[in-house]
Amino acid sequence: MGSIRFDKVDKIFGSSRDGVKALDNINLEIGEKEFVAIVGPSGCGKTTCLRMVAGFEAPSAGTVSVSGKTVTEPGPDRAVVFQQFALFPWKSVRENIDLGLRNKNLSKADRAQKIEAALKLMNLESHADAFPHQLSGGMQQRVAIARAYVLDPDVLLMDEPFGALDAQTRVVMQEELVRLARVNPRTVLFITHAVEEAVYLADRVAIMTRRPGRIKEVLDIKSVREAEGWDRFSKIEDVMDLESFVHLRTQIWKSLREEKGSQVV
Amino acid sequence: MNDHPLSLKETVLWGCLGLFAFLGLWTFLSTSGVVPSQFLPTPLEVVQRIIRLIGAPFAGATLQQHLASSFERYAFGVVLAAAVGIPLGLLMGWYRLLDDVVTPIFDGLRFIAPIAWVPFAALWFGTGIGGPVLIIFAGAFPPCLINAYRGARFVEPRLVEAARMLGTGSYRMITEILLPASLPSIVSGLRVSAGLGWQSLVGAELIVAAAGVGFMMVQAQANVATPTVMAGMIAIGIVGMIIDVLLRQGEAWMRRRRGLEA
Ligand SMILES: Nc1ncnc2c1ncn2[C@@H]1O[C@H](COP(=O)(O)OP(=O)(O)OP(=O)(O)O)[C@@H](O)[C@H]1O
Ligand SMILES: [Mg+2]
Repeated sequence: MGSIRFDKVDKIFGSSRDGVKALDNINLEIGEKEFVAIVGPSGCGKTTCLRMVAGFEAPSAGTVSVSGKTVTEPGPDRAVVFQQFALFPWKSVRENIDLGLRNKNLSKADRAQKIEAALKLMNLESHADAFPHQLSGGMQQRVAIARAYVLDPDVLLMDEPFGALDAQTRVVMQEELVRLARVNPRTVLFITHAVEEAVYLADRVAIMTRRPGRIKEVLDIKSVREAEGWDRFSKIEDVMDLESFVHLRTQIWKSLREEKGSQVV
Repeated sequence: MNDHPLSLKETVLWGCLGLFAFLGLWTFLSTSGVVPSQFLPTPLEVVQRIIRLIGAPFAGATLQQHLASSFERYAFGVVLAAAVGIPLGLLMGWYRLLDDVVTPIFDGLRFIAPIAWVPFAALWFGTGIGGPVLIIFAGAFPPCLINAYRGARFVEPRLVEAARMLGTGSYRMITEILLPASLPSIVSGLRVSAGLGWQSLVGAELIVAAAGVGFMMVQAQANVATPTVMAGMIAIGIVGMIIDVLLRQGEAWMRRRRGLEA
C-alpha cells in the first residue's frame, strides 16, 4: 500500500489552445514507504505534481495512481501537509487533529487514544487545547503534521512544509521528520527548494527542468546514506559536513544551475 | 480625515458641543416662530412628552408598551431572516447548482424596497403580526443571505482542500468549515440586517399595525400631536443605536476570540 505512479502525465492550465503547459510527460514511480523529494526551479510544476496525487487537480493527459488505483478525488489515504499549515483557526489543536478521525467514524475512545499518541509524537501535549493563532509557526506545522499522521495515511504529501519557518525551527523540524520516518515509515512525496533538505531527508531526489516541467534526473541518496553510514549522526550539521553529502548536494546544485533562467534558491 | 486622533475626552467634548449646537438651533427655530411651533415643538416639549408617554397610555399603550410590541415583531422578522438567509447563503456558497437557481430570483427581489411589500402585507395579514414581520423580513433577509453566501464562497481554498483531504463530507464541510469561516462576514451582515430591519419596522407600522411605535406616531400625526411624533422618532433612534452598539460588541468579542484584529 502506498506506491505512487506518474504515467505520461501532462498538465495544461487554461484552454488547450492558449493554455500554459505546466508539466510535460512526467514519469515517476515511488515505491512503498519510500521518501522521494522533488526539487526544481520555481514555477516548474512541483506543486502541481503533488496536487495531482492529492486529487485536487486532474492531469490533462496520462494518469496518476496511488496503490495501483487512479486518483480521482482527495481522500484521507493521501494526507497533505501544506506550506501555510492550513489549520482551522476556529478549532483547537485537539479538534484540528480530531476532524479526520471523526470523518472515519471511529469510536470516541479510539480517537482519544490516537490523538494522545499523535500529540505525544509531535511534542504537543501541553498545547492540546490552544488555538492555532496562539502557537508559533513551528508548533503550527507540528499540528499539521500530527493531523496528517494520525490518519494513518498510505501516502504523505508535503509541499515545502518548512518553507515558512525560520532557519533554526526548520532544522529541528527536519530532524523530527527523520525521527518520525523511522518510527512510522510512510511513502512520502516531499517538495522543497532547499537542496540540503532534500538530500538529508530523501531516499531519492527527483530534479525537474524549468517549465514545462519534466523529470530531468533522479538521484539515489539512500544507497549513499547506507554505504556511508549517515544514520550514525543524529544532528543534521554533522551529516552535512560529510564528503558524501557535500558531493551529492553539489551534483544537484549543478543540475539545477543548468536550468538557465531559473531563479532557484 | 488625516487629523491627529482625538483623545476620548476630546471626542466626548466635541460630540457634546455638536449636540448642544443642534439643540440650540432647534430651540431657536421653534421658539422664534420661523417654523410654527405647532409643526416643530421645542426640545423641552418633546422631553416632557416622552415622560408623559411613559406614564400614561397614548393610542392604547404607554411608550414602553409600544416599543415592546414593536420589538417583538422586529425580533420575529430578523430572527426569521437570519434563520432562512444564513443557511440558504451557506448552501448556495457550497452547491453551485443552488447558486445558479436562486441567484437570479434573489437579485430581482432584493432591489424591491421593503416598504413595497406593504400592499401585500396588508392584504395577506391585515393588521396582525404577519404584515410587519413580512416587511421586516424583506429588509433584513438580503444582507443575511448575501454575507453568508460571500463568506462561504470565498473561504480560503486551502482550508476547503485541507478538509477535503481529511475526508470531510458536505454536512460537516458546511457546519464546521464554511460556517465558522464565514462567521465574521455573517455577523457584519447581521448588523446590517438589524439596522435595515429596524428601519423597515417603523415604515411597516405606519401602515399595517394596531400597536407599536410607528402606529403611535400615525395616531399622533392625525391629532397634529407633533411632540408625540418626535418622541416616537427619538425612541426609534435610541433603540436603533442600542441594537447597533450591542451587535458591534458581539462582533468585536468574536473577532478577539478568533485572534483577528479588533
Ligand atoms: N490554477 C492554475 N491556473 C493557471 N496556472 C497555474 C495554476 N496553478 C499553477 N499554474 C502554473 O503552472 C506552473 C507550475 O506551477 P506550480 O505551482 O506547480 O510550480 P512550483 O514548481 O510549485 O513553483 P514554486 O517553486 O514557486 O512553488 C506555473 O507556471 C504556474 O503559474
Ligand atoms: Mg510550489
